[in-house]
Amino acid sequence: MSSPSTGTVDLAEEFMGRRSTMQRIQGALHKYPWLSPLIVLAVAVVIFYLLNSRFLLPQNLSFITQQTVIVGTLAIAQTLVILTAGIDLSIGAIMIFSQMLMANLAVSTTASNVLPIAGQNPYLAIGLGILGGMAAGALNGFLIVRFNLPPFIVTLGTLSIWTALTLIFFKARTIQGPEIPDQLKWLGSTFKIGEFQLLYGVILMLIMYAIFGYILRNTAWGLHIYAVGDDPNASELSGISTKRVIFSVYLVAGLIIGIAGWITIGRVGSASPNVDPLLNLDTITAVVIGGTSLFGGRGTLIGTLIGAFIITVVENGLSLAGLDQAYRVLAVGILVILAVAVDQWIRKAKA
Amino acid sequence: MTTQTSTVTPILQGKDLVKTFGRVVGLDGVNIELYPGEVLAVVGDNGAGKSTLIKCFSGAHVPDSGEMFVNGEKVVFHSTHEAREGGVETVFQTLAVAPALDIASNLYLGREVRKPGFMGTIFRTLDKKAMREQSAAQLRNLGISTLQNITQAVETLSGGQRQAVAVARCAAFGSKVIILDEPTAALGVNESARVLKMIQDLRDRGLSIILISHNMPQVFEVADRIHVARLGKRAAVVTPQSHSMNDVVAIMTGAMTVPVEEQQLAPVR
Repeated sequence: MSSPSTGTVDLAEEFMGRRSTMQRIQGALHKYPWLSPLIVLAVAVVIFYLLNSRFLLPQNLSFITQQTVIVGTLAIAQTLVILTAGIDLSIGAIMIFSQMLMANLAVSTTASNVLPIAGQNPYLAIGLGILGGMAAGALNGFLIVRFNLPPFIVTLGTLSIWTALTLIFFKARTIQGPEIPDQLKWLGSTFKIGEFQLLYGVILMLIMYAIFGYILRNTAWGLHIYAVGDDPNASELSGISTKRVIFSVYLVAGLIIGIAGWITIGRVGSASPNVDPLLNLDTITAVVIGGTSLFGGRGTLIGTLIGAFIITVVENGLSLAGLDQAYRVLAVGILVILAVAVDQWIRKAKA
Repeated sequence: MTTQTSTVTPILQGKDLVKTFGRVVGLDGVNIELYPGEVLAVVGDNGAGKSTLIKCFSGAHVPDSGEMFVNGEKVVFHSTHEAREGGVETVFQTLAVAPALDIASNLYLGREVRKPGFMGTIFRTLDKKAMREQSAAQLRNLGISTLQNITQAVETLSGGQRQAVAVARCAAFGSKVIILDEPTAALGVNESARVLKMIQDLRDRGLSIILISHNMPQVFEVADRIHVARLGKRAAVVTPQSHSMNDVVAIMTGAMTVPVEEQQLAPVR
């Protein structure tokens, strides 16, 4: 409420004008949450270029995009979930399940596959694999919404469940590249733009960022994701079905994870149940470094993309600089803690 | 003082409302009538059933028995959404605003407007421009002029400004009844005065308002009639003219009873 008296306005403006530089930075970071990760990325690129000028060669930059594609795609799903103040620890396990389902459905029956349903049309196999991811996402959402369980616990459980089911159903067997139909590996093939070699999977990832960025910014569903993460009670009282929003987010996350499974087959060139166990944590790292708040309701998808690239750039740059893999893990660990600390500080800002 | 029932149809009415929580009785057969264009204050001690009563009307609770009427038509609200559809808007004490979202998004939260044409139907694009323009117009109508930037996040507003956003959201959608739950509880003196002014403005524009408050001077300033709740029942309905603040407190605590013929059950406006 405000009186139309000009006195208060002048006072307010005077007060605004007297903000210190620090407060102004805080305000800017608060308004544009992707700004701090962008600065970190820019600084990292400059440092790594100075350490080793090969860093900026087109081949290396292309390689960085290829290295980012799996975590980058999965991080879209993680962003949606974290925006609702949830967390998804089962992302990696579901992705592995989904890609193993795809590959096992698609291999020819003559190969030593373990499923009696093998030899399907490759496109059907891709579709069913993605559906498998959605079903797993729906299970997460159902358990969280129906029984009011904390997402952390539910997805911790389904992490084990899907890891185990993958080993049980598919006998822990890696399906080698030559057995897999080309359609499943297509996203791993490259094309050239000038000196750059890009994966089709990278293009698909960028398209997905564009689509979900649009959805988050410009649709009611996107707005409701922010509102539910921001204040679930207020959202419920405003007439939003918070349960429906949360369930749909985990379902859509499953869809994204399924697509990431397809990308992974192409990127890796085979379908193995032994994919990087740090995948889950890397997606959370990308989201957090990208300026999305773990408390929900705050963050951007573009920030997550930058965050995913920061992880790869640090990894790639440190290895080009001749440092051990352990330093990459160390650096990412420090970055995560810094990102959360900065987030806490920014949240205190009065923009 | 009139004792006979009025010929005016109440815009909002509750008949013999009962709501229990296990063995705790929240409402024990409450009757309440809100007439068009009036401010009805609901006062009572803690546990008198004020909040439960309001939550029934706002759709947050469904009464165990009894009937509710909007404009003479029987209604059943299972959710806050249904209550809003039925024309009853509630500004909760917690304000129910999403702090990180901007003012326009909050005003339209839960009933966003999509763009016309295929952008809206196929791509589900929100018409942010229209929502912002209409929000700005709505706030101007309410005399909230310092909220110039409609894209400001609500968390950057003062308590009174947030209250204004919450009230504007209710008034924005042509509702018939606005329920305000302790609107001034968290506000300073100046901001409280502005909220009271806004309540009077809304009434002058023809809206009917239920005001829940602990603050007797404020109740006596704006209310047309005062519904005193006690032990899950209606103890009395009086007016600021017929009874003093001390009388109302006495009725609240049971130290005083008012015969039905001395109560103000009919509209005064």
